[in-house]
Amino acid sequence: MWSPATSEMENSMQKMVIIGAGMASGRLLEHIHEAQPDAFEVTIFNAEPRGNYNRIMLSPVLAGDRSFEEIVTHDDDWYADNNITTRFGEKVTGIDRERKVVIGEKGEVAYDKLILATGSAPFIIPMPGHDLPGVVGYRDLEDTNAMIDAAANREASAVVIGGGLLGLEAAAGLRMQGMEVTVLHIAGHLMDRQLDEAAGYLLKNDLEKRGIRVIVEANTKQIVGNGKVEKVLLDDGTELPADIVVMAAGIRPAVQLGHEAGLDMGRAIKVDAQMRTSDPDVFAVGECVEFDDNIFGLVAPLYDQAKVLANTLLGKEDTFTVREISTKLKVTGCDLFSAGDFAEGEGREDIVFRDPKRRVYKRLIVENDRLIGAVMYGDTADSNWFFGLIKDGTDIEEMRETLIFGPSFQGGGGASVDPLAAVAALPLEAEICGCNGVCKGDIIKAIEGGVQTLDGVRTETKASASCGTCTGLVEQVLAVSLGDGFEIKAEKPICKCTDLTHEDVRRLIKAQELKTQPAVWQELAWKTPNGCHVCRPAVNYYLLSDWPLEYQDDLQSRFVNERNHANIQKDGTYSVMPRMWGGMTTPDELIAVATAAKKFSAAVKVTGGQRIDLLGIKKEDLPAIWSDLNDAGMVSGHGYTKGLRTVKTCVGTDWCRFGTQDSTGLGIKLEKKLWGSWTPHKVKLGVSGCPRNCAESTCKDVGIICVDSGYQISVAGAAGMDVKMTESLVDVATEAEVEEWVTAFVQLYRENGKYLDRAYKWVAKVGLDWVKEELSDSDTRKALVDRFDISQSVYQKDPWADHVRNRADQYKPIADLTKEAVT
Amino acid sequence: MSWTDIGTLNDIPLRGSRIVKTAVGCIAVFRTAEAEVFATSNKCAHKGGPLSEGIVHDRKITCPLHNWIFSLETGEAQGADQGQITTYPVKIENGRLLLDFDAVIAKVA
Repeated sequence: MWSPATSEMENSMQKMVIIGAGMASGRLLEHIHEAQPDAFEVTIFNAEPRGNYNRIMLSPVLAGDRSFEEIVTHDDDWYADNNITTRFGEKVTGIDRERKVVIGEKGEVAYDKLILATGSAPFIIPMPGHDLPGVVGYRDLEDTNAMIDAAANREASAVVIGGGLLGLEAAAGLRMQGMEVTVLHIAGHLMDRQLDEAAGYLLKNDLEKRGIRVIVEANTKQIVGNGKVEKVLLDDGTELPADIVVMAAGIRPAVQLGHEAGLDMGRAIKVDAQMRTSDPDVFAVGECVEFDDNIFGLVAPLYDQAKVLANTLLGKEDTFTVREISTKLKVTGCDLFSAGDFAEGEGREDIVFRDPKRRVYKRLIVENDRLIGAVMYGDTADSNWFFGLIKDGTDIEEMRETLIFGPSFQGGGGASVDPLAAVAALPLEAEICGCNGVCKGDIIKAIEGGVQTLDGVRTETKASASCGTCTGLVEQVLAVSLGDGFEIKAEKPICKCTDLTHEDVRRLIKAQELKTQPAVWQELAWKTPNGCHVCRPAVNYYLLSDWPLEYQDDLQSRFVNERNHANIQKDGTYSVMPRMWGGMTTPDELIAVATAAKKFSAAVKVTGGQRIDLLGIKKEDLPAIWSDLNDAGMVSGHGYTKGLRTVKTCVGTDWCRFGTQDSTGLGIKLEKKLWGSWTPHKVKLGVSGCPRNCAESTCKDVGIICVDSGYQISVAGAAGMDVKMTESLVDVATEAEVEEWVTAFVQLYRENGKYLDRAYKWVAKVGLDWVKEELSDSDTRKALVDRFDISQSVYQKDPWADHVRNRADQYKPIADLTKEAVT
Repeated sequence: MSWTDIGTLNDIPLRGSRIVKTAVGCIAVFRTAEAEVFATSNKCAHKGGPLSEGIVHDRKITCPLHNWIFSLETGEAQGADQGQITTYPVKIENGRLLLDFDAVIAKVA
């Protein structure tokens, strides 16, 4: 509703026209009318058929916690009382800066000062189906009501595209309305602008507990429906039923009017620190402005802008500056906070606190004794205090040690004490192991009963037997109680990122069912944000070995050879080795190998494992040479993996006058069974047709000697840094039994070995007797083979063909600037 | 400064790297976080190893040949190793990667 221009106003009064009634212009009007209510004759346009309301409270409206009336900030009476002419529901079609008029659908209005507050529009990804009824943004009351209507059908499903602030609030609201909700997020973790991976992981867990399905790294292909939305299709073939699709993939400044009016534009309407555009009588405020390369989407800077603009218009000096902002998510039960700059960096120190049991994660980023950023999840009680430290640039040197514990720990106390003395001082009822509720007294009692080791305490009391983060404390209790009788185990942690050993991490990944790297980092209290070159490949291996179907192998956590499926050489070129099953090849294969060697100028080497290696291949040429070899029917020889390398054989009964069995055929069978699997370190096999042992089987990880009565299987040999003969595992009668025992042995090694321990080192640790005991039980053996087969269903594929098809572009430079002028 | 478009952010895997070929050698562009990139010389200060093939962690890179670790911000070798790689300005704008090509030329010249 609008009233005719107020002609009785004084002529001297300046005419102000505002386009857009959002949060910024609402605040601007308040400032002006508090300071100088009669300074301007105001006309305000709004495309929405209503005035200013608190847009950020639409989430509680969607969730059913508030009504729309409760979030209206300025009602009709307010505009009337302040003599503001409202033209709501009327679009502005143009601005004539020469004549200084705004052209509305229902007529022109002249201005002395024009304020553009056109805000932003949801970014609708232009995928097929984006224009179907049922696809909404999340911006205004209409969108919110569309979502509430869709939820009226209790069986209804919603898909939210975008796992940022807005998307998650929409998802939580829709879930509150009783819908089945799936959130699709393109990045690796939720709210990736505000959170790091650890916090993103906890957030995902909490949302899933509330019944919201979250799919990260989701590439939406299209929205499908006949006349209205029916489902959403992902690139990987996933189909999600949907009665409504909420696009929350970001916002775009709504700048068409500014653009058409010929104002200076960047990504949005450019303004100076007084919110003035390139036209001195035209100002802009809110999400439609660009200042100093920044655009704005959160409310705090908008309010700052509104204040600066009010002062500017009233002739007072004021300057807008971009200041630190913080983020909280308005979803009950998901307590998170992020502020400042939280990226890692040189000269920056991280203070990380993780409490897996309470699901708390806090990270402070300190630079030059100042707090510059903070990310918290699960416990945000002190967030305002931390935010204050960031904004004020407070020197925190004095409280550095206890900073992460918040304000209540500051001032007094904080003396660093001897940890053993601290443990000694603990009362008997002090809880040591939170997972199993074990107190210090229980452990002391066990020690008095004769227990002298960490393992003993674990068996007797269960302390440190679950999540393991109290292991250090338990050891200290042992040390305090036993004095010199106990030496804290010198077992080395994996690397500086954690206090846990490889064995601990393997055990905990299984026990706690940790299935992603961020889960490992958080639940096992990693001290760095995302590990290092030592722990990442190990954790990646443990996860893919224990959860082959659930875990997604991470190429970026692999050493270069395994990422590029070729061996890097000292000059940065690669060697390429096709598989020759059991060391057998054919004239046609040799022709293909020779042709490829010529075409790519390779050096050719016959290896100790009976293969042909092509050396000196440039990275860019890898997909091409692989493709040529694939065409000849050859696959990767995995000459670069911690996995099955080669099965070396002799010619056996086919040709040899001494051969007792078909050693070549058995070698080929074993290679076809085992190839492609990942293991803690490389695995080499040998199959010899008689005890003369021409395949040198007795220095391999697994060696088979054929004899008249069958097959002698021996394991744990070495011919590298150490030379060691294999030890007998079992003698069997048939090839099928060989295959079962060898597969079961490899799987036992895969499940229990420490990353980068060859099989002989692992066997030395666990004892050959234990290996024999496990494998001699036929049920255990079969179960191991079954688990190996499950893993092979994922990993037994030729990586060359896969990379030629799906990753070839990654082998090329991202850009070639060699033609750019060098002047 | 001459900001030269070299591709999109998504061309580089998270915690991965790609190279840019130039007439004065290869530049490695690293993606350390969802929206954070760095550019350095692709050559390790130790024995010239291709840094773009290393493992990216925090804002650091580990050379694939002998595990030297460099800060991607300062180019300094970490820990006990002594060495320096050249760093170049690179930024993300609307999902595009822009490399300061003048700096590449200047630092080589």
